[in-house]
Amino acid sequence: MATKILTEHVNVPGIETFDVYRKQGGYTALEKALKTMTPEAVVEEVKKAGVRGRGGAGFPMGMKWSFLAKPEGVPRYLVCNADESEPGTFKDHYLMKNLPHLLIEGMIISSFALGANKSFIYVRGELMYVIRILEKAIAEAKAKGFLGKNILGSGYDLELVVQPGGGAYICGEETALLESLEGKRGNPRNKPPFPAVKGLYQCPTVVNNVESIATTPWIMNNGGDAYAAIGIGRSTGTKLISASGHINKPGVYEIELGVPVEDFLYADEWCGGIRPGHKFKALVAGGSSVPILPANLALKLENGDKRLMTYESLSEGGFKTGTMLGSGGFIVFDETSCIVRNTWNFSRFYHHESCGQCSPCREGTGWMEKVLHRIEYGHGHQRDVDLLVDVASKIEGNTICPLGDAAAWPVASAIRHFRDEFLWHITNPQEATQPGAVYRGEMALV
Amino acid sequence: MEDIKPKLLKVTIDGILVEVEPGTTILQAARKIGPSVAPPAMCYYQPLKGSGGKCRACLVRVAAGSEKDPRPMPKLVASCLTPVQDGMVVENETNPQVVEARKGVVEFLLLNHPLDCPVCDQAGECDLQNFTFDHGLATTRYEEDRRTFEKQDIGPYVQLHMTRCILCYRCVYTADQITNKRVHGVLNRGDASEIGTYIEKAIDNDFSGNVIDVCPVGALTDKTYRFKNRVWFTKPVDAHRDCPTCSGNVTLWYRGEEVIRVTARKNEWGEVTEFICNTCRFEKKKTSDWTIEGPTKISRASVISANKYRADEIKPTFGQRLAAAEYKPIHDERDTSQLNIRQLPPERFVQTVPSAE
Ligand SMILES: Cc1cc2nc3c(=O)[nH]c(=O)nc-3n(C[C@H](O)[C@H](O)[C@H](O)COP(=O)(O)O)c2cc1C
Ligand code: SF4
Ligand code: SF4
Ligand code: FES
Repeated sequence: MATKILTEHVNVPGIETFDVYRKQGGYTALEKALKTMTPEAVVEEVKKAGVRGRGGAGFPMGMKWSFLAKPEGVPRYLVCNADESEPGTFKDHYLMKNLPHLLIEGMIISSFALGANKSFIYVRGELMYVIRILEKAIAEAKAKGFLGKNILGSGYDLELVVQPGGGAYICGEETALLESLEGKRGNPRNKPPFPAVKGLYQCPTVVNNVESIATTPWIMNNGGDAYAAIGIGRSTGTKLISASGHINKPGVYEIELGVPVEDFLYADEWCGGIRPGHKFKALVAGGSSVPILPANLALKLENGDKRLMTYESLSEGGFKTGTMLGSGGFIVFDETSCIVRNTWNFSRFYHHESCGQCSPCREGTGWMEKVLHRIEYGHGHQRDVDLLVDVASKIEGNTICPLGDAAAWPVASAIRHFRDEFLWHITNPQEATQPGAVYRGEMALV
Repeated sequence: MEDIKPKLLKVTIDGILVEVEPGTTILQAARKIGPSVAPPAMCYYQPLKGSGGKCRACLVRVAAGSEKDPRPMPKLVASCLTPVQDGMVVENETNPQVVEARKGVVEFLLLNHPLDCPVCDQAGECDLQNFTFDHGLATTRYEEDRRTFEKQDIGPYVQLHMTRCILCYRCVYTADQITNKRVHGVLNRGDASEIGTYIEKAIDNDFSGNVIDVCPVGALTDKTYRFKNRVWFTKPVDAHRDCPTCSGNVTLWYRGEEVIRVTARKNEWGEVTEFICNTCRFEKKKTSDWTIEGPTKISRASVISANKYRADEIKPTFGQRLAAAEYKPIHDERDTSQLNIRQLPPERFVQTVPSAE
C-alpha cells in the first residue's frame, strides 16, 4: 500500500470536524512542534524533507523558509496560496473542503517556524463554501486553544485570516496575490525585491501552496528524513494529482513521486486507463501551463525508458521532448480531441487572464488567441503556424511574471508536436470546420 | 577630507566600461555613458517611484553576470529594473538577439495602436514613434481587429484618447505620487485594460496637468493645445515666474509671437525635471506672465532641432545597420490600402546604411 501523507483519513466520516480530526491523531504534530521544538528545528526538518513547492514552480520549501529576512521589530507573514485557478488543477480545493484541519494545523506549524503572528489563507473567490468550511474549522481550533493567544501555553500567538480571492487567475501569482491581499489591483510586482524580503505590507513574507503547507504535520510527526525517503532523488514525498479528461476514473489521487506515467494512467488504483474503445493521443501533465506531449513521449523518454511522475523525469529532454510536473493537473486527451481547438481554448484562457501590465503578454496573448481562433474556424494561412511560434518565443522569458511563459508554452509545444494537425486545419478548412471533425492523419496513438 | 564611499561596481556596456554605485540599474549605468548606448524606455520614468518593467522596450542582454552570481547567463533582462553587478557585461544594440527582441516589442506595442500620427498632437515628440523608428519594422504581421475606445474628457484640461495608450502606467504613478488624490487608474485587465476615471469623475487638482507631460504617446493631451500646431513648427523657450504653487520653471512653446503651450521642463531622457501646476500650464499664456531665460536646449535627436526623420540626416546606430543589412520585406498578401498605412520602401533603409569603414 502506497504511503498517504495527506489523504490517509480523507474518507473517515466527519473528518472535517475538529473532534474526528483530533481522534485520528490530528494536532499532535502541532503539540510536538510547539512543546518540544524550536522554530529553527522545525525549519530544519522541513529542509531535510526536501518538499518542493506544490504550487507549480517546485522551489524547495525549506530553502524558501530559510531565505526569509528577519529584521528586528518588523512583523513577518505567512500567506497560504489557495487561489487554485489553473485549468486542470483541482487538488487544493479537494484538500481544503475535505481536510480543513490539516491545512490549519499546517498553517500553525509553519507560522510558528517562521515567527509569524498573523497568517493568511487566500482562497479562490469562487469557492465561498470552502471559505465557510475553513472559517468554521478555524473557530473550532480557536475554541480548543490551538489558535489565538498563547497557544497551548507556549507563549506563541497566532491569528489566522481567511481572505476570499479577487476573482482572477493572476491573483494566484504570489506577488499579485500580495497586492490583492493588501486591497489593491492584483498586478504582479516587479522582482526583486522578492516577498522573502519585502512582501505583504512591505514586510518579509513567505507564500506557499496549500498542499505544500499541508505536508508539515506529517513531517513533524515522522521527521524530515522519513519524508525524504519517499519518492526518487530530489522529488521527495507524495503529490496530489488532479486527473481529468478521457480516462475511466477522473479524480484527485495522492501518489508517491516516482510512479511511472504509464502505471498512473492505466492502473485501476488511479486513472484506470483511457475510456473504452478509444486511444491515448496526448497529455498535459501538470496543468494547462505546461507543454503538451504526444502519447508516446508522455509514456517514454527518448531513450525508451519509462517516464516517471517526478519533477526530473517529466522535464527530461527539455522542451523538445519533455514537459513539467507543474501543479499536477493531469489532463488526458484521446483521439477524438482536436489539438487546435484545445490550444485555442487554453490560449483564450491566458488572453482573458493576463493582467495587462507588460506589453508582450498583454498584446501577445490576444494575438495568439485570435490567430488560433482563425485557424480553428477555417480562416488560417500557412504562415500563421510560424507566426504563432514566433509570437510565443517573443513573449517567453520577457515578462514580469510567469503567466507570459504559461501562455506561450502550450502554443509552442502544440505546434512542435502536432504541426501536421495545424496544417491540416489550414489546408482543409471545409472538412476541419465540420462539427466534431478531428484530424485523423498519421500520429502516434497508444 | 576623506569620504567614505561604497565600492564602485564595474560594468561593461557595448564594450564601454563604466563605474557605478551599488544599486544602480543597467539603464542608469548606460545613461551615464550616453545616449549612444542608453536603452529606450517607454514606461520607466526616473522621477516616478515604482515605474518600469512594463513595456519591455529597454531589454538588454547580460552576456556575463558577476563571478559571484551563479545564475545562468546570457539572458535578456529589462535594464530599467536590473541592478548592475560587478563585472557584468551588457550588450545593447550590438547583439542581434536584442535587436530582434526589440523588434518584437515594437510589434506588440503597435498591435492595438491606431497609427494616427498624422492627426496626433504628440507626433514629433512621441516616444513610441521614436522607438518604432529606431527599432521596429516598417510592416506588420497583424491582421486582426484593433481595440478602439471613445475619446473621453477627464477634467476641463485633459483629454484621454485611450486607443493610443500603451498602458505604461506613468500617469497612474504621477497621479498617485504628485497629486494629493488619485481619481483615475487602470480598469479591467489584459488587452481590455483601460485608463479610467472612476464614475467619470474628472481629474481636478492643482497638478493634474502633469499626466500630459509624462504620457509617452498621445493618449493624454492638453485640451488648450489640441490641434493647434505641430511641435516641429514651434520654438521652445525656458521661462519662469513666481508661482505660489509650484517652482514656476517651465518651457514655453512659441508659434511666432504667441505662446501656444506651456509644459514642464524635461531632461535629455525626456523626463520632467520639476512638475508644474495647472495655473502655470493652462492659464499663463502671455509672454508678459513670464521671465524669459532663453532658448531651451534641445537634444540632437529631436525633430525640433534636427530633421530626425529625414533619411540623409540620420546616423544609424550599429543595431540599425545590422537590422538594415538583414532587412527582408515580410510577405504580406494584403493590399496596403486596406491597412491604412503607407508601406515604406525598403530602399529607404538601404540608403541609410553607410558603407563599412
Ligand atoms: C499566473 C500564475 C498563477 C498561479 N496560481 C497559483 C495558484 O493558484 N496556487 C498556487 O499555489 N500557486 C500559484 N502560482 C505559483 C505562485 O506564484 C507561487 O509560486 C506559489 O504559490 C508558491 O508556493 P509553493 O512554493 O508552495 O509552490 C501561480 C503562478 C502564476 C505565475
Ligand atoms: S506576464 Fe502577463 S500577467 Fe504577468 S505581469 Fe505581465 S501582463 Fe501581467
Ligand atoms: S495614458 Fe499615457 S501615460 Fe497613461 S498609461 Fe496610457 S500611455 Fe501611459
Ligand atoms: S522601460 Fe524598462 S520595461 Fe519599460
